[in-house]
Amino acid sequence: MNLMDRLRSLLNLPEAGALAMLFVMVAAFTLLSPSFLTYGNIQVVLQPIPEMALLAIGVTILMIAGEFDLSVGSTFVLSPMVMVLVLAAGVPLPLAMLAGLVVALAVGLVNAFVTLRIGLPSFIATLGMLFVARSLAVVISGGFPPPFPRDMNLDWIVGRVDLLRVSVFWLIGIAVLLTLWLRRTDFGSWVFATGGNVGAARDMGVNTALVKTVCFSLCAILAGFAGMIQVFRLRSITPSLGNGMELTAIAAAVIGGAALAGGIGSVTGAIIGALLLAFIENIIILTRVDANWFRFAVGTMIVLAVAFNTWVRHLADTYRKRENR
Amino acid sequence: MTDVQLQVRGLSKSYGTITALEGLDLDIRRGEVIGLIGDNGAGKSTFIKILSGVHRPTSGTIHLEGRPATIRTPRDAMLLGIETIYQYTAMIPEMSIMRNVFIGRELLRWGRRGFGILDRKAMHAQSMAAIADLGLHIRDPEAKVKELSGGQQQGVAIARAIHFKSKIMIFDEPTNHLSVKETNKVLDYVKQLRDQGKTCIFISHNLYHVHEVSDRVVAMARGRKVADVPRSEVDVIEMTRMIT
Repeated sequence: MNLMDRLRSLLNLPEAGALAMLFVMVAAFTLLSPSFLTYGNIQVVLQPIPEMALLAIGVTILMIAGEFDLSVGSTFVLSPMVMVLVLAAGVPLPLAMLAGLVVALAVGLVNAFVTLRIGLPSFIATLGMLFVARSLAVVISGGFPPPFPRDMNLDWIVGRVDLLRVSVFWLIGIAVLLTLWLRRTDFGSWVFATGGNVGAARDMGVNTALVKTVCFSLCAILAGFAGMIQVFRLRSITPSLGNGMELTAIAAAVIGGAALAGGIGSVTGAIIGALLLAFIENIIILTRVDANWFRFAVGTMIVLAVAFNTWVRHLADTYRKRENR
Repeated sequence: MTDVQLQVRGLSKSYGTITALEGLDLDIRRGEVIGLIGDNGAGKSTFIKILSGVHRPTSGTIHLEGRPATIRTPRDAMLLGIETIYQYTAMIPEMSIMRNVFIGRELLRWGRRGFGILDRKAMHAQSMAAIADLGLHIRDPEAKVKELSGGQQQGVAIARAIHFKSKIMIFDEPTNHLSVKETNKVLDYVKQLRDQGKTCIFISHNLYHVHEVSDRVVAMARGRKVADVPRSEVDVIEMTRMIT
């Protein structure tokens, strides 16, 4: 493979646009603020990345399969809330985590059931779940969740390792596994096929309902796990945890190159999307711009990123077409 | 009637009070190309959808090579060797040709279906061979399907069906969205298959196309078979009369 070929296959990746934007932004932000690329700042920026990125990965994989989940922000609180309550009842941590993840799985299965069996658009099904799951989290905690045990050893998941937290390694491990699953296994192929053309996938013998159910479940479990990481990191839980995070996660997914229509997207793209959003928030703080501009910046970023991704994809297509002639 | 490959008896399908297919009897011999004609709502689509596992019949039986065939899902049909080439191309545009050839039937290096690691080398080589066997000129099986013309896409669909050693190939209006040139190409493929002794069912609204490729013409109207004649005994004008 020569250099030109390499460049072309790079252009074909769904995250190509996001990757380019990441480089440009890091360069620009470093020029804008001398404190951007410093040890202390990067440490701060990377803190919430695992949580955000895990949410975005789940949303991305579900989006590749052609469905949508607006309820991840609520699962993000409901699942750790169950964990904290079970923990307060004296159950050991692994079992408490398992209980929380089972509840997340249940949320995913209900989303899948309402979408696939009852036949509502997943936008509506998961919009309903957004309210239901958040409400449940408040109700089961009675509005005042128990204090998180201060003395619990959580180094294995959120402990500090120099610049990073251990949770970054969890993120990397999960990301590598899911990337291999999507790209190297037959089921991964079916995920893309289901989102790319559901009728064709079904006619070729793919159980598309099963594929979507697995993706709904995976998305919810990742959201629940991400919520747990955040609770471990902050060592406290409030019923408002994860409020509005569903939209940030979807933003990260589309900035990372996932197509709303399905069939396109990548795990790395989701992570880059999460990084870009965190960097933008950070530079607004560093340059002492009024923090209320953050949402303005995110909004602009989403539109520009999707436009840019589309353009990059188009560029890659014309390259290849010219070559095939 | 020797060597009947597919035998259909009393096949019916009703949706509530509407009867789409009523007591269809049909024998298809090995290596025969059946031209299936009929106006919209005549029941030919329903028949094909039952054969390809999209719909289940209300009553009736299907025997494939003498054995009763139960077709509940598209996968059942494919496992039995019944492959359908649809009027829309059953392809995933964003995925590579190689992946499209093997969708739902991926070659695995390790594991079981649904939990397997892809054998991409074998998939690459075999998809390349399948495409070349049909005389399609595509250099790179890693190219995305959306980069192909409509005719090439149907070509890949046909190559896919041949590759999986299908016994019966159903062409469900495969030329509907194609240009004249591409249509001719697809008709050539069907003739090529006929010459190789493949059993085909060819459905089209274009009676000239049907007449050109078939050995036998079966006409349907209002859910019933109304004619079943060797091609040599009919012309297009008569065929038009049969279905109107």
